[in-house]
Amino acid sequence: MPKQKVGISICNASLQYQDSNQAIIEHFNLRMPLGKWTAILGKSGCGKTSLLRYLAGLLNENVLWSGDITLHGIETLQDNIAYMAQQDLLMPWLNVIDNVCFAFKFSDRRLSDTDNKRAFQLIDLVGLGGQALTMPAQLSGGMRQRVALARTLMQDKPVVLMDEPFSALDAVTRHRLQGLAAQVLADKTVLLITHDPQEALRLSDALYIMQGSPAGAISLTLPNTAIPRVFDAQLAKLQQQIIDSLEVDYV
Amino acid sequence: MSKLISENKTLSKQINFIPKAIPQSMKSLLRIFISAVTLIVLWQSIVLFFALPSFILPSPAAVFNKLLERYDILFYHSWITAQEIILGLVLGLSMGLLFALQMLLFDPLRRWLLPILIASQAIPVFAIAPILMLWLGYGIASKVVMAALIIFFPVTTCCYDGLRNTPSGYLDLAKTMGASKWQLLKHVRLPAALPALASGIRVAVVVAPIGAVVGEWVGSSEGLGYLMLQANARMMIDEMFAALFILAALSVSLYFLADLLINKLIPWQHD
Repeated sequence: MPKQKVGISICNASLQYQDSNQAIIEHFNLRMPLGKWTAILGKSGCGKTSLLRYLAGLLNENVLWSGDITLHGIETLQDNIAYMAQQDLLMPWLNVIDNVCFAFKFSDRRLSDTDNKRAFQLIDLVGLGGQALTMPAQLSGGMRQRVALARTLMQDKPVVLMDEPFSALDAVTRHRLQGLAAQVLADKTVLLITHDPQEALRLSDALYIMQGSPAGAISLTLPNTAIPRVFDAQLAKLQQQIIDSLEVDYV
Repeated sequence: MSKLISENKTLSKQINFIPKAIPQSMKSLLRIFISAVTLIVLWQSIVLFFALPSFILPSPAAVFNKLLERYDILFYHSWITAQEIILGLVLGLSMGLLFALQMLLFDPLRRWLLPILIASQAIPVFAIAPILMLWLGYGIASKVVMAALIIFFPVTTCCYDGLRNTPSGYLDLAKTMGASKWQLLKHVRLPAALPALASGIRVAVVVAPIGAVVGEWVGSSEGLGYLMLQANARMMIDEMFAALFILAALSVSLYFLADLLINKLIPWQHD
């Protein structure tokens, strides 16, 4: 892989919940290339979601953290992240357009006509043209996650943190949404947490596998091709390699 | 193909939704009508079969005649009771919501307030009624407080549970968007708690009339409860039944009105 500019690097990090006497992550190193997708794979409970939640600023009071986080191109993480979870987290009392513009409710900036226009464009972009006034309850799971994607795009933050955003979808919808996300988040620095090796291989420019307890991360070399990748023999081989490494934790 | 299927599903949902909406309300009206007619027929048969004197159980026709004959008196007293119920609801609901918010926002306060709230439920409202008469007089105030007190607990617990059980994902998302504590409350916790609050309101509109009537029984000079006591003392059982009928109609209408408004204003509650 050619040398890439680093967006976020985490060096020798450890993370421990205050009510626990053992760290869940230790000696953890991660380099997220700027404007690229980085995936973290690991079995359930290995600490990958905790790491993402820490980076999203959702764990600050409950955990002990040590280690360095170096940022490039941004001052702080706090104001520069957009968060996408496994659930679409659409507010059921707001229609699609209001959900897409949800972040404006917490901002000093008022929603301008230009913003509004952009929101409509983003809804079109994710393939939901004409659904701006629909309530979330009337949408399918895939459509709802598309709205969540539009909401993330509307936030327009340089860093996107994704916690298994496609795992609750059926195979075809997941495949289509992965392609769409890769396309529309092309210039963002994305951290994707997943337990699906295929998804990680398809979408990431850098891939880490979290292993052990407390968990550390090992990096995996990926083909130097653009994402979303077509799943070929080489990726299938890599997938087997990932499963072999992950299996160690299941013994 | 899958797109076609999902589109079909949405379409069939929409198609099911539109025609069902109208007959559903018609059906429920029909059900109410049939139940009412059955009850009246049953009532009339009991009167005829057991040959009951009118001071034990008047016939439906006698009660209906009384409704027409004494409509002005009945209307006056109904209006008083309706005011007590509505004002009691407003007071009880706002106090309940306020209490729930305080318990949510200020943790130390919750530790102090919750035992008081539970203890307050250990005292039967009937037992407080004479004290309220003493303090607030025989007028409308004591009945309003009575109705408010009786709904206070269910409303507070429903609101508090609703506010406390906001899906954590909603809060996480809003926090990553930089929401402050107050913004979280306004834009996430409160709207998310509305369905729970709606359950509280549904209970409240059913229970509030009990509070008002109990208050009237203990001591009053007007209202349907007062009218019933007076009619009973004078053996005017048909008038008592007429008052009872209006009270039931008032409570049922209030419930359906509240239900209609809730369904209109909080359409996402059945998700």
